[in-house]
Amino acid sequence: MNWLTNFVRPRISAWVKKDVPQNLWVKCPGCEAQIHHRELEENLQVCPHCGHHMRIDAAKRLALMFDEGRYDEVELPDVPQDPLKFRDLKRYSDRLKAAQASSGRKDAMIVARGTIKGTHAIVAAFDFSFMGGSMGTAVGEALVTAAKLAVMQECPLVVVPASGGARMQESILSLMQMPRTTIAVEMVKDKRLPYIVVLTDPTTGGVTASFAMLGDIHIAESGAMIGFAGARVIEETIREKLPEGFQRAEYLREHGMVDIVTTRHELPTVLGRLLDLLMRQRPPAEVVQLSTDKAARKAKPAG
Amino acid sequence: MQTFLEFEKPIAELEGRIRDLKSLDGTSAHDVSVSDEVRALEDKVHKLLRQTYAKLTPWQKVMVARHPSRPHCLDYIDQLIDDFVLLAGDRLYGEDEAVIGGLGRLNGRSVMVIGLEKGNDTASRVKHNFGMAKPEGYRKAQRLMRMADQFGLPIITLVDTAGAYPGIASEERGQAEAIAASIQTCLRVGVPIVSVILGEGGSGGAIAIATADQIIMLEHSVYSVISPEGCASILWRAGDKAQEAAQAMRLTAQDLKEMGVIDTIIDEPVGGAHRDVKSAIAAVGASISAAIDSLSGKDADKLKKQRRDKYLAMGRPAP
Ligand SMILES: [Zn+2]
Repeated sequence: MNWLTNFVRPRISAWVKKDVPQNLWVKCPGCEAQIHHRELEENLQVCPHCGHHMRIDAAKRLALMFDEGRYDEVELPDVPQDPLKFRDLKRYSDRLKAAQASSGRKDAMIVARGTIKGTHAIVAAFDFSFMGGSMGTAVGEALVTAAKLAVMQECPLVVVPASGGARMQESILSLMQMPRTTIAVEMVKDKRLPYIVVLTDPTTGGVTASFAMLGDIHIAESGAMIGFAGARVIEETIREKLPEGFQRAEYLREHGMVDIVTTRHELPTVLGRLLDLLMRQRPPAEVVQLSTDKAARKAKPAG
Repeated sequence: MQTFLEFEKPIAELEGRIRDLKSLDGTSAHDVSVSDEVRALEDKVHKLLRQTYAKLTPWQKVMVARHPSRPHCLDYIDQLIDDFVLLAGDRLYGEDEAVIGGLGRLNGRSVMVIGLEKGNDTASRVKHNFGMAKPEGYRKAQRLMRMADQFGLPIITLVDTAGAYPGIASEERGQAEAIAASIQTCLRVGVPIVSVILGEGGSGGAIAIATADQIIMLEHSVYSVISPEGCASILWRAGDKAQEAAQAMRLTAQDLKEMGVIDTIIDEPVGGAHRDVKSAIAAVGASISAAIDSLSGKDADKLKKQRRDKYLAMGRPAP
C-alpha cells in the first residue's frame, strides 16, 4: 500500500493546491450557492442545486464521455513553435512554454479513442485551460490527425470545442486553420462516417465559424455560450443591450443551429444512441420481415 | 477632395504648392519660371512618393489598404468584367449588398465574380454595409459558387472587408455556420478559384470566400486574423498599441508571401492604387487572367485535391 500512497498523494495535493486555493467551497455562478468542491467534482462540475454547467477539465471530459472512463490518448504530431516569433507584452514562446509546463500537454487539443456506449469513436476535445483553448497550427494539426484516424479505423469523429477562437499569436496561420480544419471534416464526410460536434462553453470566433458548425449533428451542453462575434464587440457595434439568453445553447437551438441541447450527465447516452443508430444500421439480431412488405411499399404512391 | 494619410503630409504640402502655382499660372500667362518650378516640384513629389511607398511600415500599409479612394470591388468589375450581370439573393432569407455577385466575361471568358464592396461615399457605404457581410451574403456566395461549379465557370473572388458583420441579426441567422459552409463550398467546387485581396482581408469574413487555388494580393493590401486595433486591445490591453500589433502580426502581402500563405503580389502604381486607379485595376486583371489560365483544363478532382493539399501544407515544416 505504501508505494501507492506515495505515488498518488503528491499528485492529489498538487491538484488541490492549484485548482482550489485555500477554501474548498465553490460559489455557483448560476444560483450563488456554496458547493463543496468534492460534491461538485462528483457531479461533473454541474451545480446540484440549479443545474448550472461549469467548465470541466479536458481529461475529465474525455473520461465522462467514454465507457468506464477508459480511453487511449493519441500521440499528436509536433508543429513549429512560435512560427512568427510573436511578441506582445510577453513572448508567445514563453506563454506557450508556461502553458505546456502547467498542462503537461503540447497544445490545446487532446485526441483520444475508445468506445461510447459500445461504439468505437475518435474524440478530439479542447483543453480550455491551455491558452483559452485557442486554435493555432497545433490544434489544426491535431484535428487533421483525428480525422485521418477516424477514416483509417472507419469510425465516427466527435469533436468537443471549448475555445475562445483564434490563437492570435499565430496571426494569419491561425486564420488558415479554418480551411485546414474544414478539410479534416471533409475527409470524414467523404467516407460517409458520422461527424458529431458537442458544443461546450465557450465556443466562439474562428472555431465556431469552421469545423464546429459543420457537424452532421450538433449537440450543445446546456447553457453553453456559442457564437461568432464576442458579446462586447456586438454591443459596441450596435450600441444596444443584448437580449437575455443571447448566444446560449438554448438560443442556438431556437434559431436552428443546434439539434440537441443536453445536460452533461445525459451526454454519453445521447451521443451513444446516435452513434449506434448511425454505425449499426442493421443490427444482426433484427428480424427482417419478408414477403409482401416490400411490394406494398413499392405500390404506395409517392407523396 | 483628395485624402492624404498622415505620413503623406510632406507630399500633401508639395502638391498644395503645385496647385497654387498652377492657379497663378493661369492669371499671368507668360511666366516661364512658374511652369519650371511646377515641373521641379512634380519631380520632387514623385521622388518622395516613391521613397515613402517603398518602405511603408505595416501600420502605414493598413492605412493605405483602408484609403477611402482606393479602388473597390465594383471599380474592378466595371473596368475588367464585360457583360456583367448582377445576381442577387441567397434564396433563403434575403439579399446582402455587402456581397457583390454575378456573371460576366474576363477577356472574353465567362466567369463568376464574387466580391466584398465597401462603398465610396456615405450613401454607398451604408448600402453595402461598409463591406461587412451578413449570413445571407455568405449564403449567396455559396449559391453562386455552386452555380459556377455546375456550369464549369472559373470563380473570381475580390476581397475587401474589415470582417464579417457582428450583430444580433448575424448571430440569429448563423454567421458562424454561414462562414464555415462558405469555406466548405470553396473546398468542394471543381472549378478554379482565384482570390484577390484588394485592400483589407479581414479574418473569417475574408477567408469565407478566399479559400482558393491561387491567392493574389496587391502590394499594399493586408490580410489578418483580426484588425491591429482588435489585436492590440486584446493582447496589449490597449487599443493605441495598434502600430505595434500591426508590426508583430505580419499582415503585409510581403510577409504572407514569405510564409507561403499567398501566391502572388501585384505591384501598385507609385503612391498606391488610388493614385492611378486605371493601371492598378489593369494589373490585377492581367494577374487574374494568368492565374485562371494556369488552372484551367485541370480535372475537377485533381483541382480539389491540389486545393486541399495546398492548405494542409501551410504552416507545416517542410518534409
Ligand atoms: Zn447553482
